[in-house]
Amino acid sequence: MACISPDGKPTGSGIKILRVLKSGLASAEEIARATGLPPFRVRSGLREFAEAGLAVETVNAYEITDKGRTLTQ
Amino acid sequence: MEQATAQTREMPRIGEPAPPFEAVTTHGTLKLEDFKGSWLILFSHPADFTPVCTTEFIAFAEIYPELQKRGVELLGLSVDSVSSHIAWVRNCEEKTGVRIPFPVIADLNKEVATAYGMIHPGQSKTETVRCVFIIDPNQKIRTILYYPLTTGRNMDEIVRIIDALQTTDKNGVATPANWRPGDKVVVPPPNTQEMAEERLKQGYECTDWYLCKKKL
Repeated sequence: MACISPDGKPTGSGIKILRVLKSGLASAEEIARATGLPPFRVRSGLREFAEAGLAVETVNAYEITDKGRTLTQ
Repeated sequence: MEQATAQTREMPRIGEPAPPFEAVTTHGTLKLEDFKGSWLILFSHPADFTPVCTTEFIAFAEIYPELQKRGVELLGLSVDSVSSHIAWVRNCEEKTGVRIPFPVIADLNKEVATAYGMIHPGQSKTETVRCVFIIDPNQKIRTILYYPLTTGRNMDEIVRIIDALQTTDKNGVATPANWRPGDKVVVPPPNTQEMAEERLKQGYECTDWYLCKKKL
């Protein structure tokens, strides 16, 4: 896991992605631009977040879940 | 004969879609499709903590900023574990001061290595040779280079190939031997006699009708 540590907490990269999602729906490309992370890292991270229930995929974008929101506080 | 054909089929070729993969890397689990929209250099090395590979990793890290300017990502691969990769890239940084910024696939089950034809049993039955696959943003293979275990790769050539491919895509031209950015490019050869005759009147630098160059 690159964006979620073995203890279930988001890594530094993960927090960056979740913070962008917290401000609204965003595509992988938009998150990459906002965070400075390479798009491949963002896509991989979003997949991890979706599997962990921290974000959900909508049409061409991702949305943070309540669980994901809690982890950014 | 049948076996040879089957092996040939397994080898990826220029112009074909890059074989898809999902792999554990030093940057988490990555899929080929994660790189869609970027150029990708997928390269293999024989083993972590070996001398030639270490010089190559440092050299790849040093050209990474230039590659990024060209929209290119790097992805390394060997059949070592992710723990070994992490220890090695940390060692590279500790000993040389150069940070390895790109992910490295831990291809323990040789799944990716097999799909890309990276193991050449005549060289080593267990290690990957030094392969370079240049994959375009549409995930098509555009260049394949194979180097033997004993020969480190030439980074200038890898950057030069990227420049040449991107120039070709942008301008619909070819690039001559030893071409460098800024040099004249080759105009694609004409397909008809009429086009050949017209070409000679178009102000290109022509050695003959089939070899014409122009400045971009």
